[in-house]
Amino acid sequence: MADTVQYSLLGWIPLLPLIGAILNALFGRMMPKKVVHTIACGAMLVAFAFSVVSVLKLAGGGVSDHGHTTYAPLVHRYFTWFAAGSLDVQASLWLDPLSAVMILIITGVGSLIHIYSIGYMSEDPSYARYFTYLNFFVFAMLMLVLGDSMLVLFLGWEGVGVASYLLIGFWYEDEAKAAAGKKAFITNRVGDFAVVLGMFLLFQMAGTLAIPEVREWASMLSMEQHHAMGGMLTLITILFFIGCTGKSAQIPLYVWLPDAMAGPTPVSALIHAATMVTAGIYLIARMNFLFALAPTTMMIIAIVGALTAFFAATIGITQFDIKKVLAYSTVSQLGFMFLAVGAGSFFAGVFHLMTHAFFKALLFLGSGSVIHGMHHEQDIRKMGGLKKYMPITRWTFLLGCLAIAGVPFFSGFFSKDEILWYALSNHSALGGLHLGWILWGLTVLTAGMTSFYMFRLYFLTFEGECRADDETKSHIHESPWTMTVPLMVLALLSVAGGFIGIPHILGEPLGLPNLLHDWLHQVIAPGEALFTHKVGEGMAWPAMAVAVAVGLGGIALAYVKYGRGHDPTGDLEKAGKGYLFVHNKYLVDELYEATIGRGIRVAGQVSYQLIDRVLIDLLMVRMWGYTAKLGGEVLRQFQNGNAQRYAIYTLFGIAAVLFYFLT
Amino acid sequence: MAETIFFIVFALGALGFSAAVLIAKNPINSAVMLVCSFFCLAGIYVMLSATFMAVIQILVYAGAIMVLFIFVLMLLNIRDDEIEAPRLSIHQGIAILAGTGIFFTIALSIAAWSGSSSRVAHDTMSDTFGTVEPIGDQLITSYVLPFEMAAILLLVGIVGAVVVAKKRF
Amino acid sequence: MFGIPIGWYLTLSAALFVLGAIGLVLRRNAIVMFMCIEIMLNAVNLTFIAFARYHNDLGGHLFVFMVIAVAAAEAGIGLALIVNVYRHRRSLNVDDINLMQG
Repeated sequence: MADTVQYSLLGWIPLLPLIGAILNALFGRMMPKKVVHTIACGAMLVAFAFSVVSVLKLAGGGVSDHGHTTYAPLVHRYFTWFAAGSLDVQASLWLDPLSAVMILIITGVGSLIHIYSIGYMSEDPSYARYFTYLNFFVFAMLMLVLGDSMLVLFLGWEGVGVASYLLIGFWYEDEAKAAAGKKAFITNRVGDFAVVLGMFLLFQMAGTLAIPEVREWASMLSMEQHHAMGGMLTLITILFFIGCTGKSAQIPLYVWLPDAMAGPTPVSALIHAATMVTAGIYLIARMNFLFALAPTTMMIIAIVGALTAFFAATIGITQFDIKKVLAYSTVSQLGFMFLAVGAGSFFAGVFHLMTHAFFKALLFLGSGSVIHGMHHEQDIRKMGGLKKYMPITRWTFLLGCLAIAGVPFFSGFFSKDEILWYALSNHSALGGLHLGWILWGLTVLTAGMTSFYMFRLYFLTFEGECRADDETKSHIHESPWTMTVPLMVLALLSVAGGFIGIPHILGEPLGLPNLLHDWLHQVIAPGEALFTHKVGEGMAWPAMAVAVAVGLGGIALAYVKYGRGHDPTGDLEKAGKGYLFVHNKYLVDELYEATIGRGIRVAGQVSYQLIDRVLIDLLMVRMWGYTAKLGGEVLRQFQNGNAQRYAIYTLFGIAAVLFYFLT
Repeated sequence: MAETIFFIVFALGALGFSAAVLIAKNPINSAVMLVCSFFCLAGIYVMLSATFMAVIQILVYAGAIMVLFIFVLMLLNIRDDEIEAPRLSIHQGIAILAGTGIFFTIALSIAAWSGSSSRVAHDTMSDTFGTVEPIGDQLITSYVLPFEMAAILLLVGIVGAVVVAKKRF
Repeated sequence: MFGIPIGWYLTLSAALFVLGAIGLVLRRNAIVMFMCIEIMLNAVNLTFIAFARYHNDLGGHLFVFMVIAVAAAEAGIGLALIVNVYRHRRSLNVDDINLMQG
C-alpha cells in the first residue's frame, strides 16, 4: 500500500457545500436571491478550486515505477465515527486518482449547474430551498466519493438518495411530481437494502469496512481461500450490484429515473445524468478488486448493462417528451458503463462516466434552456425551428448530440469505442457462447439507436418549422448568460474531453498517451490484472469502423426520417401496436404494479388483518386487557366488605399454610 | 383411672357447651352455655395443677366478662329471630371444610409428635406449682413489666370503653 | 402412676379452637361472634397451661394471665362498640355492618 499524506484542505471540500446548505436552510428565506445564490455558487466554486488544488497536490506526489506512476493518496480524518470491538469506523476522507476524477466532475459540473440554476430558477418562489437541497446533494455526493470506509460511502449513498427525493418532488404541490419523488426513493431503498446486506457480509468476511484495508485483504487472499469463499464473494458483489441497479437505474430498478424528470431540469442534469446515477459505476470501480474475484457477477453486470442499454434506447426512440428522451438515453448510457465495468474495463467505465457527465449535462441543460424559452413546454411535437430563436442553445445542443452519437474525435467516440472494444475482447475470454460477440453486436446496435434518437430529438426541436402556437412563439427567447455560459463550457468539454483517454490503438501509432488510464492505473490495476484479452488486436480496427459506421448511419436515418420538415404531430395516432408498446415503456410500470405493487398490497392487507389486528391488537394487547378485566370481575367477588367472608378466606389460608407445613 | 374419667367428662363438657354456644339461637343461651364451658375448662386447669389459673378463669371469665356480656344482651334486648335466619352457603361450607382440615392437620401432627404420649407426671413437680405464691412471686419479679403493661392496658380499655359507649361523640 | 398424655390436652385445645373459629365465621350475631373469640382464646390458654405443666414452667400461667387481661379489655371495648353500632343501625347482624364495602 502506498503511503498516505495528511491533507487538511481535503476536509473543506465536502464541508463547503454543507455550510452553504445550512446557511441557506436557516437564513435563505430572509435573504435576497442574490445573497442566496452567491452563497450556494460561492461554496461550489471554492470547493471546485480546493478540489483542483488537492488534485494537483495528489498529482505532484507521484512516484514512477515500471512505467506506471503511483500517487500517494491524500487523507483527512474528521473524527472517529464509532468504534465497537473490531469495528472501527473513522469519518475520514481518501483522495486517490479515482476519487480525484469524481470530485472534479462533481464540483466542476456542479458549479456550472449551480450557475445555470440562477437563471433557470430565477422566478421560483422557493429559491433558497432549491439551493439548499442542491448544496446538500453535492455534500452527500462528495462524501460518497471521498469516504474511505464503506460506511462513510454509504452515508453519502443515502444522502444523495434523500437529496434526489427532495429535488424530484421539489414542486410538491403537484401530486404527480411528489409521487415521482417517492417512487425514486422507494425504488432506491430496494437497492440500498442490498448494499447494507453486502456490507454486513463483507464485514463478516474481511473484518473491516475501510476500503484500503478491504483491498489489502482481498490482495492477500490465496488461491485456496479464494476458492473456498468464491460463493460468498459472488453473493457480496451481487448484492452491491443490486444496490447499483437501484442508484444507477439499471434493469430491473431503472423505472424511477424517467419519472425523476419531474424535478427541475438542472437537477436532472446534475443528479440524474452527471453525478448521482453514476455512483453505481463508482462503487464498482472502487471495489474493482472485489468484483474481479467474482467472474459470475461480472458477467451478470455486463449482460444487465447491455440489455439495459438496448431496451432503454428502444424506448428513447419513441418518446416525445424532450426530457424523457434524455432520461432513457441516460439509462442507456449507464448500461454502457455497466457493460464496461462488467467486462473488466473499469477504466472505460469511469472514462465514459466522465464524458457522459459532460455531454449529458450539456444536453439536459440545453433542453432546460429550450424549456425555459418555451415557457415550460416539454413536448417536442410542439417545438421545431428553434435554431432561429436560440442559436447558442442550438449549437451547443448539436455538439452534445454529436458527442453522444460517437462521431469520431468527439468525447463520446473515445469512451464508447473503448467500451465496445472491451466488451468484445474481454468477454470472449469469459463466456464460452461467444458472449463477447453478442454483447458487442447488441451495443453496436444500441449505439446506432443512440445516434438515431438523439438526432431525431435534435431535428424535431431545432430544425424544420416551428409548431408552437403563435402566443408561445412570440415569447421564445434565448436564455440569459448565466445559462448559456455553462452550456458553452460544457460543450467545450464534450468536444475535447475525450482526448485524455485516447484508446491505445489510436494513441500508440500517433505517440499519444492514454492519460486517464495511466492516472487511474493504481486504483484499477488489481481488477484489470485478472482479465486478459483473447481476441486479437487485429479486430480492433474493423470493430471501431463498424461502430462508427453504425453511429453515422443512425444520424443519416434520423435525417432522412425527421430532418426534412417532418411533422410528428400525428405520429402516435398512425403508429402500429408494436410502436405503442415500446412507447408505453414495454408496460414495465404496469407489470410492476400488477405483480410487485399488488403483491405488496395483498401482503400488507394480510399482515394488517392477521398480524396487526389479530396477533398484536387482539392477542397481545386486548387480551391482557380482557384478562385483567376478567380477573378483576372474579376477584372483586372476594372484596365485598363482608368481614365474615374475609375471616373465611383467612381461615382457609391458615388451613392451607398449616397443611403445607405440617404434613 | 379416675383422672381419665374426669378428663373425658370435662373435655366433652367443654366441647359440648362450646358447640351449644354456636348452635343456640338465643344469645342469652349462648352466654350461659359459654359460662358452663368455662367451668369445664377450669376443671381441666385443676387437673393440670393450675389451681390459681382455674380460680381466675372462674372469677374473671365466668364471673366478670360473661356477666358483662349478659348485661349488654339484656341492655340491647335483642330477639334472636330478628337477627339471623338460618343459612348455609358455599362460604360456610368452605369454612367448615377449612376448620375440619385445620383440626385434623393439627391433631395428626400432634399424634406424630414424639412427646405427645408422655404423661404429665406429678413426682418431678414442686408442691406449690400453680399456686398463688410462685405466680405472684414471678409477676412482681421477672414479669413485672408485662404485669404493669397489663394494668395500663386495662386502664386504657376502661377509658376506651367509656369513650366509645358514650351517647354523644 | 397415672396421668393423661399431653397430646390429649393439645387435641382438645385444637378442637375448641376450630369450634370457635367456625362459630366466628358462621354466626352473624356480633355478640355470639365475640363469644366465639372467647372460646378461641380459651383454647389457646389451655395449650399454654398444658405446656406449662409439661415443661414444669410457670411462664405459661403468666401468659394465660396476660391473655385474660387482654380478653377483659377487649370485651370491654368490643361490647362498647357493639352498643354503639346497635344504637346507630338498630341491628347486630354483621351483614348489615358493611360501610367498608368496596
